[in-house]
Amino acid sequence: MSNIIVLCETKQGKIRTVAKEALSAAREIAEDLGAKVLGVLIGPSIANAAEELAPFGPDRLMAVTHPALEKYSTEGYTQALAEIINSESPVAVIFSATAMGKDLAPRVAAKMDKPLLADCTELMVEDGHVHVVRPIYAGKVLLRAAVQSDWAVLSLRPKIFQPKPVNGSTVSVETRDVALDESKIRAKVVEIKQESGATVDLTEADFIVSGGRGMKAAENFTLIEELAKTIGATVGASRAVVDADWRPHSDQVGQTGKTVSPTLYIAVGISGAVQHLAGMSSSKVIVAVNKDSEAPIFKVATYGIVGDALKIVPVLTEAIKQAKTE
Amino acid sequence: MKILLLLKTVADSEASIRPTSDGKAVALSDINLILNPYDEYAVEEALQIREKNGDAEITALCYGDEMAIKTLRTALALGVEKGVHIKGQPGFDSLTTAKILAAAIKDMDYDLILCGKQAIDDDSSSVGVMVAELLDIPSVSVAVKLDITDGNVRVTREIEGGHEIVEMKMPCLVSAQKGLNEPRYPSLKGIMAAKKKPIEEKDALAAETQIEVLRVEAPATRSAGKIVGEGEEAVPELVRLLKEEAKVL
Ligand SMILES: Cc1cc2nc3c(=O)[nH]c(=O)nc-3n(C[C@H](O)[C@H](O)[C@H](O)COP(=O)(O)OP(=O)(O)OC[C@H]3O[C@@H](n4cnc5c(N)ncnc54)[C@H](O)[C@@H]3O)c2cc1C
Ligand SMILES: Nc1ncnc2c1ncn2[C@@H]1O[C@H](COP(=O)(O)O)[C@@H](O)[C@H]1O
Repeated sequence: MSNIIVLCETKQGKIRTVAKEALSAAREIAEDLGAKVLGVLIGPSIANAAEELAPFGPDRLMAVTHPALEKYSTEGYTQALAEIINSESPVAVIFSATAMGKDLAPRVAAKMDKPLLADCTELMVEDGHVHVVRPIYAGKVLLRAAVQSDWAVLSLRPKIFQPKPVNGSTVSVETRDVALDESKIRAKVVEIKQESGATVDLTEADFIVSGGRGMKAAENFTLIEELAKTIGATVGASRAVVDADWRPHSDQVGQTGKTVSPTLYIAVGISGAVQHLAGMSSSKVIVAVNKDSEAPIFKVATYGIVGDALKIVPVLTEAIKQAKTE
Repeated sequence: MKILLLLKTVADSEASIRPTSDGKAVALSDINLILNPYDEYAVEEALQIREKNGDAEITALCYGDEMAIKTLRTALALGVEKGVHIKGQPGFDSLTTAKILAAAIKDMDYDLILCGKQAIDDDSSSVGVMVAELLDIPSVSVAVKLDITDGNVRVTREIEGGHEIVEMKMPCLVSAQKGLNEPRYPSLKGIMAAKKKPIEEKDALAAETQIEVLRVEAPATRSAGKIVGEGEEAVPELVRLLKEEAKVL
C-alpha cells in the first residue's frame, strides 16, 4: 500500500497545530491517490500523540526515537526520514512550511532526488497526479503546478489548511527504529533560546496587532501591546519600525519579514506598502487605523478608521475589554 | 579561506507582477531586476569575513540569463573578486536549479558557501539547503549571526519564537536572513574596479525538471472594505462590526 507520509511537527514535547493541519490536508487527497496517511513523529516520545492526532484521520502513526534525534538536526532528521521513505512507498511526503519544515524539506527532496513544492496553499489530485497552488512573488501571483515524478515533497503554509476532525477515527502509535550514521550529523544544535513568555509566533497567530511608523515612537508600542493583550494577539510591525529599532526583526510582517494569515489583523499607523501587504493580505479580516484616508492599507482593509492612532488605540482597547465582559 | 556566493537576479519588490498572456509564466519585460535582497546579506557577510581574516577569496555564482552579468557586477562592485555566470533560465523547480549550481561548484575549491534564505521571486527557500545536500556538506539556514574560529562555524538561526545556535565545521553552507548584517553600498571606485574583474561563463548542466507549470494566475483580489468612520467616535461601531458582522471577537 502506498502512503502519504506526513511529518507531524512537535515542539517542547507537544504536538504543534501545523501537524493537525498537515494530516487533514493529506486526508483530503488520500482517497484520490489511493493511499493511506502515515503520520511520522521524530524525537522524544510524546505521551498523548495517538489521542491528539487520531481525530485528524491518520491511518498509521509512527514514532521514531533515537538518542541522536532528541534535538532537531537537519541531517539527523533527513536520514531518519529517508529510511522511512525507502520502506513506505510514498506518493507524497508532506511537511509544514515552518522554520523546521523549510530547513528539512529541501534536504529530504535533494537526498531522494524528488522535486519540492514549498509553501503550498492548495493541494489537489488530477488523474492521479498531485497538483498544487503556491504563492510566488510574495503572493502577487499564484503558481499552479503539477508533479511529474512518481512522488514529490510538499510543504504547506501554516494556517491555510484547516485541521478537520474525522468522526470515529482511532489510531495507535507504532515505534520505529532507525539506523543513523552519526558521523553524518555534522551540524549540531548546541543551544535553543526560546524567548520566554513569548506569545504565539506571528506565523501561527490567530490575532495580530501590528504597528507602523504612524506610532511615532518605540514607547508608544505599549498601546499596541495593551490592545494585543486584550484580544490575545501577537504583536507585529512594519519594516520601517524594525529598521528604526523600535521592534525586533522577528516582529516584521511582509515580503522580507513573516507571511501571516491570522483571522484578524489590525494594522495601526501602517501605510500599506506592497511589501507589507505581501505578508498579510491573506488575513481573513483586516482592520486599519491610519490618519491618512488615502493610505493604501485601506484598499485591503475590511474595516478602517481614519484618525490618530495614539488616540484611537486606547479607546479601542477599552471598548473591546468592555465588549468581552458583556 | 575560499568563499562562494550564490546570487540570484530577481524582480524588484516594488514591481507589479502579472502573468504573461498565455498564463504560463510571469511577465518580466519592463521590470527592474535586482540582486535578491537576502543575497545582499550573504555578500556583506563574505566581505566582513574577509575583513576579519584578511586572506579570504570570494567568488560569486549566478545561474541565469544575461541579466546575471548585472547581478554579478553588483557583487564585484561591492568587493567580490570573481564572478561565475552559469548560463540558462531558472524555472520553478528548485531542485533543478540546485543541481545546476552544485554541478558548477563540485570541482571548485571552497570552505564556505553563503546564499540568501529565500529568493523573492519563487519564494521557495530551498535552493541553498539542496545545494548543501547535493555537495554532501552540512548547512544552516536562516542565519542571523555567524562566527568562524579555526574552521569552526557557529551560527544563530531564527526559529518560531526564538533562536537556535548550531555548530559545524567547514566546508559548509549558510543561508542569510535579514539581521545578519547591514549591507554596504558600492563605492564609485568599486563600480569602476568591477568592470575589470573577471566573469567566467559556464554552461548549465542539462537537468530535466520534474514539475510542470500549469498556470501562473493573479490571486483573487480583496474587495476594499468600508471606512467605519473618523476618530475615536468610530470605535464602538468598529467593535460592533467585529463582533456581529465579522464575528471575530
Ligand atoms: C526589498 C524591500 C523589502 C521590504 N520588505 C518589507 C517588509 O517585509 N515589511 C514591511 O512592512 N515593509 C517592507 N519594505 C518597506 C516598505 O516599502 C515600506 O517602506 C514600509 O512598509 C513602511 O512602513 P510604515 O507603513 O510603518 O511607514 P510609512 O510608510 O512611513 O507609513 C506610516 C503611516 O502611518 C500613518 N500615520 C502617521 N501618523 C499617524 C497617526 N498619528 N495615527 C495614524 N496613522 C498615522 C501615515 O499616514 C502612514 O500611512 C520593504 C522594502 C523593500 C525595498
Ligand atoms: N539561479 C540562481 N543562481 C544562484 N543562486 C541562486 C539561484 N536561485 C537561488 N539561488 C540561491 O538560493 C537562495 C534561495 O533561493 P530559493 O530557494 O529560490 O528561494 C537564494 O537567495 C540564492 O542565494
